[in-house]
Amino acid sequence: MKKYKKLISFALASSLAVSLLAGCGKAADGGSTSSGGDVFKIGGIGPITGDNAEYGMAVQNAAQLAVDEINAQGGINGYQIEFKFEDDETDAEKAVNAYNTLKDWGMQMLAGTVTSGCCVAVAEKTVADNMFQITPSGSSVDCVKHDNAFRVCFSDPNQGMASAQYIGENGLASKVAVIYNSSDIYSSGIYETFAAEANNQPFTIVSAEAFTADSKTDFSVQLQKAKDAGAELIFLPIYYSEAALILSQSATLNYAPSFFGCDGLDGLLGVENFDTSLAEGVMLLTPFAADAQDELTQNFVKAYKEKFGNTPNQFAADAYDAIYAIKMAAEDAKLTPDMDVSQMCEAMKASIVKITLNGLTGTGMTWEPSGEPNKEPKAVKIVSGAYTSM
Amino acid sequence: MKNLKLNKIRNHDFITYLMVLIAFLIAGILSVTGQMSSLMEGLLVPLCIYVMLAISLNLTVGILGELSLGHAGFMCVGAFSGAFFSKCLDGAIPDGLRFFIALLIGAAVAGMFGILIGIPVLRLKGDYLAIVTLAFGEIIKNLVNVLYIGRDEDGFHFSMKDSISLNLKPEGEVIINGAQGITGTPNDSSFLIGAILIFISLIIILNLIHSRDGRAIMSIRDNRIAAESVGINITKYKLMAFSISAAIAGVAGVLYAHNLSTLTASPKNFGYNMSIMILVFVVLGGIGNIRGSIIAAVILTLLPELLRGLSDYRMLIYAVVLIAMMLFNWSPGAIEWKERMKEQYFSKFPFRKDDKNMKKEVK
Repeated sequence: MKKYKKLISFALASSLAVSLLAGCGKAADGGSTSSGGDVFKIGGIGPITGDNAEYGMAVQNAAQLAVDEINAQGGINGYQIEFKFEDDETDAEKAVNAYNTLKDWGMQMLAGTVTSGCCVAVAEKTVADNMFQITPSGSSVDCVKHDNAFRVCFSDPNQGMASAQYIGENGLASKVAVIYNSSDIYSSGIYETFAAEANNQPFTIVSAEAFTADSKTDFSVQLQKAKDAGAELIFLPIYYSEAALILSQSATLNYAPSFFGCDGLDGLLGVENFDTSLAEGVMLLTPFAADAQDELTQNFVKAYKEKFGNTPNQFAADAYDAIYAIKMAAEDAKLTPDMDVSQMCEAMKASIVKITLNGLTGTGMTWEPSGEPNKEPKAVKIVSGAYTSM
Repeated sequence: MKNLKLNKIRNHDFITYLMVLIAFLIAGILSVTGQMSSLMEGLLVPLCIYVMLAISLNLTVGILGELSLGHAGFMCVGAFSGAFFSKCLDGAIPDGLRFFIALLIGAAVAGMFGILIGIPVLRLKGDYLAIVTLAFGEIIKNLVNVLYIGRDEDGFHFSMKDSISLNLKPEGEVIINGAQGITGTPNDSSFLIGAILIFISLIIILNLIHSRDGRAIMSIRDNRIAAESVGINITKYKLMAFSISAAIAGVAGVLYAHNLSTLTASPKNFGYNMSIMILVFVVLGGIGNIRGSIIAAVILTLLPELLRGLSDYRMLIYAVVLIAMMLFNWSPGAIEWKERMKEQYFSKFPFRKDDKNMKKEVK
């Protein structure tokens, strides 16, 4: 029996070795086509399976859409772009694996990753390889810690600060309650700066209740506490699926404060089986609204719907802008695909701070050498089932 | 006769060591000469981590005979204690020494948790024990998720609420930031260190199995009442196996924490999914079979990455392959078929007798 196991393990090991070699072969093929130097290879990383698959898929689709558009218009500096997206399952270790897979494929620039935690891990690898990285939606501070990394979305502190200032300056409420997800980096990141900035604003936080990924279906306790504390406004720095539950549970409690959220609430109106009349009057600070009237957004939403069958969310818009930012900066830097990764990175770093992008998530976007974008957050309000600018 | 048996045990262990050594040399040479793809190179350290987790869990499941579903919890404890230490003393002492101490701290803290958790848990057996370990794993993960520790000139500040209530001075830094975990852990892990740690774990576990203590532990597994009646201290030996297993998992956790610059306790990396994943390594490789665990851990870690080409069907194919491998390795029909094939092709070699002896000894 023992010997048998040995035999089997040998068989398995050899089949593994064969598959390994097969993998190598493929990688080598990929490498040889890129060394021809006729296409730009841009990679993307994000979750397309697991809990956050929706965000990863939105980024994958929108980035592909942008790449196809650019290719149809003649590419970057006359060279076509190839785009490849790898799954990271929202796991930092898998994200690094995905990054290495893309490197084997011959990736020259990275438009990723989608989630913050993975982004921090991958950023450590891109800085070691000196590869240009622009994350559509990695919002935590450490994502763009290194000088080769840039982002399209607002940082978490930035959103928390802007929300607190907006509520304070517009006098929306004097007593504010917060319900946030303490197991989520995005949510707790926003909450912390919001709470810090609230001290400088003419309102007080009367209750701050957390929930975690394991208990995100029943919010009656948190809502009851907010109600008892007399909060006039509930700040929801969370994603829309939980927000939809909070809104409907608040209605059953006969509690009708105003609700204020960040970009994570975008998508609220698209939740299945959700009575959109409950979302009436919800305010959110988001750089993108799918039914904005400008031509760029309308074209994008139309093309996205045609191709993928659903309405793009803010992640999609960020990814679309990320690809166009790469295009503009690459044109400014006069990149050619035969440059090596490090040369490209240096050129891109110098160029991206010079460009001004009129994108989906803001007009006149510019970038700081620190990696942060400069754009105005837009506040929108849901009125009769549609987002309207405030 | 006794000597002969001993030799066989040594031979059997020797093959295990040799296998790891050869695998290490091949991977090392490929990596140094640049023949390896970046993906494989990036997977080397995770492979070491999962191999260590698999062999350490095999000590609990295979040798002690208790089903533990909370192994990722010990890895989590080791990872966070090691990373916390490294983050605090980064730059204060030489990197190599700091990493070495971090490894020791991870092992010690995880081992301590093993004892703490073992005292209540090991009063149970079978399914009950499995469920309680599962709960402990989840508790550890959730506790880490609400833990905030910061440091400024006044020393350390602790909180279970949020990082604001740490009341840090402006220049203070938050080291463990709740769900955001620890960011900026130095990347000290390397394949060489991982391989050395695998060797050390193997030496500890294999020597334990063949020692007097190991025989006592196995006797508890085989017949608890008989073991107790000959005066074996059940609690002591159970705790010994459980805490050694936890300590090795803790070391694997430190390696994990120093391989990525971000450490968060998400359901993905330290939840019960991971515990079950490690258990799958052990079961596929054979309960009680250390060498099998190593091979299974390597194959099952590589498989999803090698299947990346299949994109959307990746996890589906992975599951199908897993089922197929389990059936091929362990279904009675397949075992019988393998026996018959062996009779047919290998009947000239007299393995049979040795194997039976081996089986008794090592299982």
